[in-house]
Amino acid sequence: MTGQHYNKTSNARGAASVSPAAGGHAAAGKHAAASSAPRVRRAGLADTIMYAVFLIAALISVICVLLICLFLFANGLPPIIKIGALEFLTGLVWKPASGIYGIAPMIIGSLYVTAGAMLAGVPAGVLTAVFLAGFCPDRLHRLLSPAVSLLAGIPSVVYGFFGLVLIVPIMQSLFGTGKNIFTASILLGIMILPTVVSVSETALRAVPDNYYEGALALGATHEYAFFFTVLPAAKSGVTAAIILGVGRSIGETMAVIMVAGNQPAIPDSIFKGVRTMTANIVLEMGYAADLHREALIGTAVVLFVFILVINLLFSIVKRGMKA
Amino acid sequence: MKNILRDPLSFFLRVLVYAAAVLTSAVIVCILGYIFVKGVPHITPSLFEWKYNSTNVSLMPAFINTLIMTALALLLAGPPGVFSAIFMTEYARRGNRIISVVRIAAETLSGIPSIVYGLFGSLLFVVYLHWGYSILAGAFTLAIMILPLIMRTSEEALLAVSDSFREGSFGLGAGRLRTVFLIVLPAAVPGILAGIILAVGRVVGETAALIFTAGTVARIPADLFSSARTLSVHMYSLSNEGLYINQAYATAVVLLLLVVAINTFSQALAGRITKTEL
Repeated sequence: MTGQHYNKTSNARGAASVSPAAGGHAAAGKHAAASSAPRVRRAGLADTIMYAVFLIAALISVICVLLICLFLFANGLPPIIKIGALEFLTGLVWKPASGIYGIAPMIIGSLYVTAGAMLAGVPAGVLTAVFLAGFCPDRLHRLLSPAVSLLAGIPSVVYGFFGLVLIVPIMQSLFGTGKNIFTASILLGIMILPTVVSVSETALRAVPDNYYEGALALGATHEYAFFFTVLPAAKSGVTAAIILGVGRSIGETMAVIMVAGNQPAIPDSIFKGVRTMTANIVLEMGYAADLHREALIGTAVVLFVFILVINLLFSIVKRGMKA
Repeated sequence: MKNILRDPLSFFLRVLVYAAAVLTSAVIVCILGYIFVKGVPHITPSLFEWKYNSTNVSLMPAFINTLIMTALALLLAGPPGVFSAIFMTEYARRGNRIISVVRIAAETLSGIPSIVYGLFGSLLFVVYLHWGYSILAGAFTLAIMILPLIMRTSEEALLAVSDSFREGSFGLGAGRLRTVFLIVLPAAVPGILAGIILAVGRVVGETAALIFTAGTVARIPADLFSSARTLSVHMYSLSNEGLYINQAYATAVVLLLLVVAINTFSQALAGRITKTEL
């Protein structure tokens, strides 16, 4: 594999600076190792200018992150302070018309829906990944694997529309309410399937073959070997897949709006409607003004903080995978 | 039967795995099948008329807006994305602090939900810069959104170029810049293109980031500062209004076909590189 080959050379690059005589491979890598290597030719003016251009391009993403943080926090923190952070975060009533801004129902709504999506999507996703990695004939794999990634490409409005016209009526006839936590969970579960499947499958395939072979040699069946040696070995990759799924479902907007009912109250059963933080923003941003509008930006700040925490968890797990 | 008696747990696990695979396949077939069966009969010529009105519910203006939006977003995000990847793979020293900062920034960007982008775009471009609801505001917002995707895929494509290419070029006396533009970049084109097409797919499917930046006017815009809805926003409006459910099905079919075609194209390109490399 080319990727692995590259990693080897780049490791060699690191070693090359310590011991110059680290073998032909390291010496070869050194040439490609950018400006740390002895200059092949004196850098001309064009080189210097383009170096600056590339550097600036690389810094654009950093500037974007800083801008997003700046604008969100500068616009979202003052209203939170004005309303009172505790009142804003734990207030159970959202009534912009009477100037009451409590987003606890929305925070809880987001958490419920995300948890539901995990329950619906993760077992199916991980087991499908196990199927693709260990139980699937090659021919079927060539069909099923693109189909799963196709699922990842479907726009969220189309998912929402599908939920609205098919799942909601079915739920309506089964449980009395169509737009509720249950429906939203199922739909979000479907939406995170491709992420969970593809990341888990990659993790499962990265487990060295001798784990599986060792288990077989000790008398395990194919199923035992896969579930009790390969799957535990891929644990951190699967965890990363789940965290990615959490991030996607807590941030999902359009599909959730169309099937969750959007009542800003804490639901007492999973067959009640619920409003997520994302839905709160989209539903009211269009007409909100003054403090109401600022409170919506405050909602986005809370959502943003959630996402940052999830990102942090993800990178910790990923770092654990490398180590 | 003999298997079940000998080893019930193995059998149970196997059934579980197969059930999950069947479920996943069923979901895929169900979504695509349902939307196609309901939508294809309603694809009529009137759906593709130039001007949108409440009798034809045409998707044509939205379709053209989508093309404009995609082109603008790519123009804005493409060069910085690819250049940034060049910096990361060809120029920066190993262990350079800038690399890790840029990487963290890109990871953060790719995790931000689209509604947060939408709100940010609305705060910065629509309100602070006084652009109003406009195609330009939408394009800038989407450009930031797809930037990490283009960065990552371009970086992977550049990394996949064998070091012997670079060594050969240096050996013949070429400088770094010449090597990057004439040797490494051409070899990485299919991979970079695959990433860019993937980004097109995201732009086409995006709704939440556009509602409060590009707005929802169903016309072909007069200039870059007019509001315009893309196909996905159009789709959302249709299903939200609930008046034109048949046209909504048909629009969903068009949107699905578009996105599926884009993603398949991208995968075919990406597949070609791995094949040639092997």
